[in-house]
Amino acid sequence: MNEVVLSRLKELASDADATAIDPAADGLPAFRLEREQLLGFMADLRDDPVLCFTMLLDVTALDWMGREPRFEVVYHLYSVKHRQRLRVKTSCTELDARVPSLTGLFPAANFHERETFDMFGVVFDGHPDLRRIMMPDEYEHHPLRKDFPMEGIEPEKVYLMKGGVMMPRPEGAERYPGAGSQVP
Amino acid sequence: MTTQATLSEAADRDLHTELMTLNMGPQHPSTHGVLQIQLTLDGETVVDAEPVLGYLHRGKEKHAEHMPYLQWLPMMDRLDYLAPLQSEIAYSLAVEKLCGIEVPAKAQAIRVVLAECMRLTSHLVWFACSALEIGAVTPFFLAFREREDLFDLLDELTGLRTNQEFIRFGGVKGEIPADLARRLKAWADRFGPCVDEYELLLSGNRIWYDRARGIAVLTTEQAIQLGLTGPNLRASGHPMDLRKDEPYSGYEQYDFDVAVGTVGDVYDRYLVRLEEMRQAARIISQALEGMPEGEHMARDYRYVLPPKDRVYSSMEELIYQFKVVTDMRPPKGEVYQAIEATKGELGIYLVSEGGTSPYRAHIRAPSFVNMMAIKPLCVGRPIADVVAVIGSIDFVMGECDR
Amino acid sequence: MAVESVENEFALTGPLDWLLSWARKNSLWPMPLGLSCCAIEMMATIGPRFDLSRFGMEVARFSPRQSDVMIVAGTLTWKMASVARRIYDQMPNPRYVISMGVCASSGGLYRNYAVVQGVDRLIPVDVYTMGCPPRPDTLINALLTLQKKIEAGTTHSDGNPKPALVGLGG
Repeated sequence: MNEVVLSRLKELASDADATAIDPAADGLPAFRLEREQLLGFMADLRDDPVLCFTMLLDVTALDWMGREPRFEVVYHLYSVKHRQRLRVKTSCTELDARVPSLTGLFPAANFHERETFDMFGVVFDGHPDLRRIMMPDEYEHHPLRKDFPMEGIEPEKVYLMKGGVMMPRPEGAERYPGAGSQVP
Repeated sequence: MTTQATLSEAADRDLHTELMTLNMGPQHPSTHGVLQIQLTLDGETVVDAEPVLGYLHRGKEKHAEHMPYLQWLPMMDRLDYLAPLQSEIAYSLAVEKLCGIEVPAKAQAIRVVLAECMRLTSHLVWFACSALEIGAVTPFFLAFREREDLFDLLDELTGLRTNQEFIRFGGVKGEIPADLARRLKAWADRFGPCVDEYELLLSGNRIWYDRARGIAVLTTEQAIQLGLTGPNLRASGHPMDLRKDEPYSGYEQYDFDVAVGTVGDVYDRYLVRLEEMRQAARIISQALEGMPEGEHMARDYRYVLPPKDRVYSSMEELIYQFKVVTDMRPPKGEVYQAIEATKGELGIYLVSEGGTSPYRAHIRAPSFVNMMAIKPLCVGRPIADVVAVIGSIDFVMGECDR
Repeated sequence: MAVESVENEFALTGPLDWLLSWARKNSLWPMPLGLSCCAIEMMATIGPRFDLSRFGMEVARFSPRQSDVMIVAGTLTWKMASVARRIYDQMPNPRYVISMGVCASSGGLYRNYAVVQGVDRLIPVDVYTMGCPPRPDTLINALLTLQKKIEAGTTHSDGNPKPALVGLGG
C-alpha cells in the first residue's frame, strides 16, 4: 500500500471523524463514519489531488438484524491514479433508514443505490429517481432483509394484480413438503 | 437541446408533434437476454432511453445466506452464463483469500487457461450477436463454429459444454490430460487466424464502418464516472486491466498485450474485443506449454476437499471430506475480490461471521454497471444506433440481475 | 397414407388430419423465449453444428403471431411472468410449448421469492426437457418428440394433452 496514499487518507479521515477499521482479509484500507460526514468525506476523496478516488465501484448494504444500527451501507472506491481500492462504511437505524445519496458526486451510484433501496429499504436522500430496479415496481417487500423468508411472501401477487392467470397443476405433479406459499 | 429546437420549430409551424413512447420490450430479438428499454422518441431521435432491469432477478445473493459456501458455487456459473468458469474463479479466489488457502501453481495455470477460454466464449457470442443485430448474419455462424470446437474440448475436460462446475476452493477439480492439452493448444494456435477471418468480414466493411465509427463516443472521464471497467474503459483510452494491475492466479507470468482504443466509439470497442480474443489465445498457448508440475488442489483440508481416491480408501480423508462438505466455516472477516471478467471488473464481496454460509455475499456485476451507460450513449442518437450501442456495451442479463 | 409418383410429380395422399399434422410438424416455426443460459444453448442449436433448419425450424421468429412453438428457454421470474403469459396468449392456434431446461420446467436451481416454480403454472406445456442447460441434442430430441405428439394428436392444442419429459436417452 502506498504510504503517501495511506497518510493522506488518515488526514482526511480525521477531518471527517472517520475511524479506521482493522484491515480485513483482503488488506483493503477501510473507514467507518457517520452518515452526516459521508458527502464531505467522499467529495474530499474524489477531489483530493493526491488521492483521486474517482471511481465508485460498488454500493451495497448489510442487514445486522438484532443489532442497532441495523443497516450498514458499504462503498467501494477505486483510485485510478494509484490503482488502490478503498472501503467506506456508514450505518443507519431501522426506523430512520436514510443515507445521503452519492449521485451528485458519482453518477455510477445511480443504479447501485436503487438496488440497495430495492433489496433493503434504505432510502438515499437526494437520489434523482429512487424506485425499485430488480423487483417489480408494485412489490411491497425488501427481499434481502434477514426477516424476509427465502420462498417469499405471496410471490405471485404482482402477476395476479396485472391480470395473469394461473394454470391448474398437471396431474401427477409432485409436491415438495414445505414448499411454502408457492404450492397452490 | 436539438430536440427542443425541433419541437418548437414544429410548433411554430402549427404542426402537431408529440413524443412517442416505444417499448423495446423484455422479449426482443436481441439475444442479450431480457432487458426492457423504454424509449421516448421524437421522430427517429431518442429523447430518453430508460433501461428496466430485473426480469432475470433470481435471488442469488439471498441464496448465499442460506447455502453452504461450496453449494453456492454452481450459482456463480449461471451469473455470466456466456463465461461460466470466470465467475467461479472470482468466488473461489474470494473464499481462498478469506480462508488463507494457497493455490498450487498447476491449479493456477489451469485456472488461467479456463478463464481465457471463457473470455473467448464470451467474446465470440458478443461478436456473433452484435453483428447479427446490425444485420450481418455470417459472423454468427462463424463464431458459433469456433465455439462448438471449444465446447467439445471443454466437454471432454469437465463433462459439460457450459455451466461446467470445475473450480473448487483450493484449485480445480481435475488435471488437463496431456493429450487434451495438446489438442487445446493446437486449437488456440489455430484461433488467431480465425480472428483475422472475422476482421476480413467486418473491419473494412463499408456498412459496418458507417454503423460503428463515430457512434456513441464515450470519453475516459465519462467512463470512469460511470464506473465502467473492462473493454468499455479500455476502448476509451484508459489501459486499466486487472490482469496487469493487480495480477491474480499467476497472470504475471504470461506475456500478453492489453488492447487500448483511442476514440471510444462502437468501432473501437469492437476492435478492442477482437484484439482481446487474439491475446486470450496467446495466453492459453503459453499457459498450456509452460504448465507446471504439481497438485491441482491445495491440501488444506480444513476448507479444501481431499482427493477422491484417498476419500474412498483412507479414514482421515473420509472424515475431512465429511467435515468440509457439511461444516466448512471460514474465519470471520470480509473480503472484496475482483477479477478482470470479460465485461469488466467482477467483484465478489463476502462477509463471513464464521458460519457455514456467508453472512452477506454481494456480486459487483460489470454488466449492471455497463447498463448505466445505455442512457447517456443513446440519447440524441437515431433509434437505429440503440441496437449498435447495446451490442457494443456488451452485457448479459444473468450477471446484471443476478 | 401413401407417397405416389403420378406422372413424375410428387404426390402425397392420406386422411386430411394426417396431412395437416404432417404439414404442421415439418414446418414448426419456433418462438424462442430466450430468458437465460438455456437461450445460449438454443442459439447453439440453431447454429452451424446442430442445425435446426434441417427440421424446417430455422425460421425463428421473435413475433408470437407468426410462430407455432414457443420454446421457454431459461428461468422465468415473477416479474417476467405476465410478459410470458401475454406472449403465449398472442400465439395463434395450434400452438405448442416446449419448456427447455430445469428452470423452466420446475424452477430448477432456484427455489426463492423471485422465480416461478415451473412455467407450467402459467402456460400449458407439451414437452419438458431436462438439463441445466440441456445439450442441443436434448432440445432436438424434444422437438422431435413434439413432432411425434403432433402426429399422434396428444398436445394441449389438440385437446388431448399427454406432456412428455425428454432427456438425452429418448
